[in-house]
Formats: sequence, structure tokens, C-alpha cells
Amino acid sequence: MRTIIFIIRKEFTQIFRDKLMVRIIFLIPIFQLLILAYAVTFEIKNVRFVTVDHDRSTLSGKLINKFNGSAFFQYYGNAENYEEAVQLLTRNKADQILMIEPDFGKKMNTEKRGKVQVVTNAINGNAASLMSAYATSIINDFNREIIVEQNPTGFSGFPIDIKPRFWYNPEMDYITFMVPGILVLLVTIIGMFLGGMNLVKEKEIGTIEQINVTPIKKFQFIAGKLIPFWIIANIDFAIGLVVAKFVFNIPIVGSLPLLFFVVSVYLVVILSFGLFISTVTNTIQQMMFITWFFVMVFILMSGLFTPIESMPQWAQIIDYFNPVAYFVKINRMIMLKGSGFFDIQKEFWILTAYGVVMLIFSTQRYRKTA
Amino acid sequence: MSQRKNIIEVTNLVKKFGSFTANDKLNFTVPEGEIFGFLGANGAGKTTAIKILSGLSKPTSGKVIVAGYDVSKYPNKVKRNIGYMSQQFSLYNDLTVRENFRFYGGIYGLSNKAIKDKTNYYLNKLEMQEYGNKLLRSIPLGWKQKLAFSVANMHEPAVVFLDEPTGGVDPITRRQFWELIYESADLGTTVFVTTHYMDEAEYCERVSIMSEGKIVAIDSPAELKSKYGVDTMDDVFVSIAR
Repeated sequence: MRTIIFIIRKEFTQIFRDKLMVRIIFLIPIFQLLILAYAVTFEIKNVRFVTVDHDRSTLSGKLINKFNGSAFFQYYGNAENYEEAVQLLTRNKADQILMIEPDFGKKMNTEKRGKVQVVTNAINGNAASLMSAYATSIINDFNREIIVEQNPTGFSGFPIDIKPRFWYNPEMDYITFMVPGILVLLVTIIGMFLGGMNLVKEKEIGTIEQINVTPIKKFQFIAGKLIPFWIIANIDFAIGLVVAKFVFNIPIVGSLPLLFFVVSVYLVVILSFGLFISTVTNTIQQMMFITWFFVMVFILMSGLFTPIESMPQWAQIIDYFNPVAYFVKINRMIMLKGSGFFDIQKEFWILTAYGVVMLIFSTQRYRKTA
Repeated sequence: MSQRKNIIEVTNLVKKFGSFTANDKLNFTVPEGEIFGFLGANGAGKTTAIKILSGLSKPTSGKVIVAGYDVSKYPNKVKRNIGYMSQQFSLYNDLTVRENFRFYGGIYGLSNKAIKDKTNYYLNKLEMQEYGNKLLRSIPLGWKQKLAFSVANMHEPAVVFLDEPTGGVDPITRRQFWELIYESADLGTTVFVTTHYMDEAEYCERVSIMSEGKIVAIDSPAELKSKYGVDTMDDVFVSIAR
């Protein structure tokens, strides 16, 4: 135990002596949170729409105004014909085309039905479906207004009125959804890189050889490398929570002690993963490259940006081995839903087992002899 | 001489890297308290052997006993009883002199008081008291090597292994370094040293000379010189090691 304390003390002395390192450890996470939380959003604003109004009646003008009045749409102007509108889409001047048939207003009056066509640029499928949904909802709204206008007494609304309620994040606020995930990203990067980099640096400069001729035990060495960064990452997580709470007003519904308890276990998984990589590599370059590969795959597949449920089956199977996915899930559950230990216990025990295995791996792989 | 017990016993030591034989059946013993020079041209297999003796590397076959323990079976017991200083500098440049002493002292299990006393003792001896709180990177190479030697001796090991400790060090500092070696040998520590400086070989009680993985000569410098009919160790080395 005393040996481990000597190593920890040495690590902290070295970390805090390196001013750049201190800045990296404590300032970058804050910036990361501030920038990513605002930037990483799927909300669509300012959809540029162009109209092809073949009708030019009061009614078609009303519909266009309806679009124009919405916060999501920005009116680009009216095109003479469909071809011209498509040109605008191709040249990326507009995102969506609203075509109104000739005699739209007249038909609405006489036949009680009219036709409009919506064409959406679907290069980004996600954005396209959102834009299309916005447009549809505006047209539906418009439809309802006309029915009420023309038949003020007889209309009692649609037989079924769907009013969606969004639980745990009632405003459907992306920042609320993203910030707990970004907090995970933050401790993951700190955990995966710092411990491993530190170990492989000793290999590169050769000091590890001097350590290896001492009677130090493998687990003492690994513990001495893990604990300092475990403490630092916990502090980073705490800073992140403070920023989340006071800058983004993210409600932290669940229990803080439970949150920190889970983070502590998660960090053992991530740190030993990084240390394991550093025991099988010899240079910082090799270590960084391999670690980066895992971090990328883990984060992109973690459900942070895209829901795991919509990934293909094989990808979901791979995700059983993705510690980040478990923690993103747990973190959102605790922070946004206020889940207790009972609700997260499955994910928690998997993480615990993962941590034990990785710890054994990294300790065993660390060779004191060549 | 003969009643001194052997602190290092190497029997038929072989180390192979694939088809390359770095150490080919080495046999030698080193008695307690001796300054033993381990010579050889670059690539002769010295570093490989010294790594095996200090438990950093495992022998392919053969038996190595250091400080009473078989290196393959009880590497940690051996490590507790040896000091090691490698040719590449191995103290931490971003720690101060005192912090380096404290770290290695702590790892060897010295008490806080012992660490403090030893640190002061060595700083006094090296006349470096005012450098105690300086970062190691700000200290000249020769002084660093003397510090590294002191750190390697801090836990009072039975044997210290020095792998080219004076490479790149100026002649005056080299002489001071050898004074340190003599002092610690007087206190009973066995010194196992590799070097390319033949004047340093003259300082050793006995030397062995390796060539292509084999020990081709082993004796005192005086005996070797008379055996090969030359005046200097330089000439001995050239005639044996090519």
C-alpha cells in the first residue's frame, strides 16, 4: 500500500508540474461541454423553402404565409416553374419546394379538395424527415383552419386528437438530451488516454526499466498509474456536472451519490482499457492510434448521437462490448429520469464485470521482464 | 580472495532471440565485494547478460544465481537485493533531485526517515546540497550519473549493476564516479560494471571480455596483460575482441 502511495505522489507531482497538462485536464473538458452542447443538435432551423405557386390566389398566399410565419422556415421566393425550383435545390439555395397546383383556391372552394406537393432535399436523411414532418404539420394545420372557416358550426375537429407528451424532457430540448452524453464523452477521453499515455511515456523515455528492476509488484504499479487519473477524471466529471446544472440548467433528477458511484466503476473500466493498450504498445504513437480507434468506435456506437435500437442487429451485438454505451444509458437514466440503483443494476453489473476483467488483463499484460 | 563467497554464479547461461544467440553458454562467478568489469565490443552480448542478471529478461537456459537466489525462480527476491543503473538515463527529469530519491527509496520500502537521511547523506557526499530542490533536467549529465549511482545504492543492495555508467561523461567526473564505486565496494557492495573505457577496466579487480556472445577471457587486468604480452588493457581488448 505504501508503495502505491509513493507512485501516486510521484504521478501527481509530475502532472501538476506540467502546466500544459493541468490546462488540458481541467479547462478542455469545460470548453468541450460548452461548445458541443450547443453545436451537437439535430434541431432544424431556417429551412429555406421556395414556392412554385401556379395558383396565385388569396388561399395559396395564405398557405405560403403560414409557412413563412413558422420559426422553422425561411422564404426564399417564388420560382416560375418546377425546373427553376429544382435548380435552386441543386445549387443548394433552397432545402424544400412547395408546389401549388393551378386553380388550387378555386378547387378548394368548389370541390373541397386541392393539391400541393412538397419536395425535400434528402441528402441528409435525418434532416429531410424532420423538414418533411414540419411541412406536413403546417399543411395539416392550414387544412383544419379552412375547414373551421368554411363550416364553423358543423366541424368538431378530427375524431382522434393526438397530443404527444414527451416525458423526462418535456420541451424536447436537445441540450438536455445531449449534455449527459457529452459528460460521458468527456470522462471517457480523459480516462482512455491519460493513464495509458503516462505508462507508455515511461516506456519511451526508459524510466520503466528502472522501475522493473525494483521489487515492485505488478498490481502496485498498475494501481499507482490508475488511481491518480481516476481521481482527476472524477473531479472532471464533477466540474462537468456543475456546468451542466448552472450553465445549461439540466435538471439532475437522480441521486448524485449513485451517479458518482457508477462513474467510479466506469472509470476503472476505461482507465484499465487504456492501460491495457499501453502495455501492448511501445510508443506513444502506437498507443494513441489504437486508443483513438477504440474511442471513436465506442463513442459513435454508444447511442450518444444515434439510437442503438435503430442500429443493425450485428452492431447491437458489438455494443454488448461497448462500455460507453452502458454508461451513456445509465447516465441519461439517472440524470434525466431519476432512476435508482434497481433500474440500472443490469448495466451496472455488466460494467463492474468489465472493469474486473480489464483490470486483470492490464495487470497480467504488464511485463516486468522482456 | 578464495574465502569470499560468490554473490553471482552463472552456469551455462544461454539467451537466444529467434535463431540469434546473444549469450552462448556463459560461465563465471563473482565474489562478494569485487569490482567486476564486464567488457566486450558493441553487440557482444553484454547488455543482454546484464539484463538477465538483474531480472529484466529471462534466460533461454542455464542457471543464474544472484545474491543467493535463482533469478528465474525468485526475480523479486533478487530485485530486492540489487541496484541497477542502465546506459540510458533513468531518473525522472521532471522531478527534483530529492523527489527522485524519495520515489525510489519509497519503492524499495525504505522508511521516511531513512529516505531523508540517505538523501542528505548522498547530497553531502556529492557536494550537491543546494541542488536538492532543482529539477533533474537542469543538472549536467555527469552529475546526474553520480546521482543515479547513489539512487541505485540507496537501499544498500548486495550487488549493483552498472551498464556503461560513464558514457558521455567528462574525464574528471569519470574519476569521481570511480571513487564512488570504490567507496561502495569498500562497504561490501559488489560492483558489476560494463564499460568501453579501458582505463576504467584497469580499475577493476577482475574483468571478463565477451566476443560474439561468448566469454573469451576472464582474469585480473595484470594477469591478462602479461598473458597477452602487452602493456595496456587497450591492447588486450584489441587482440581479443577484434
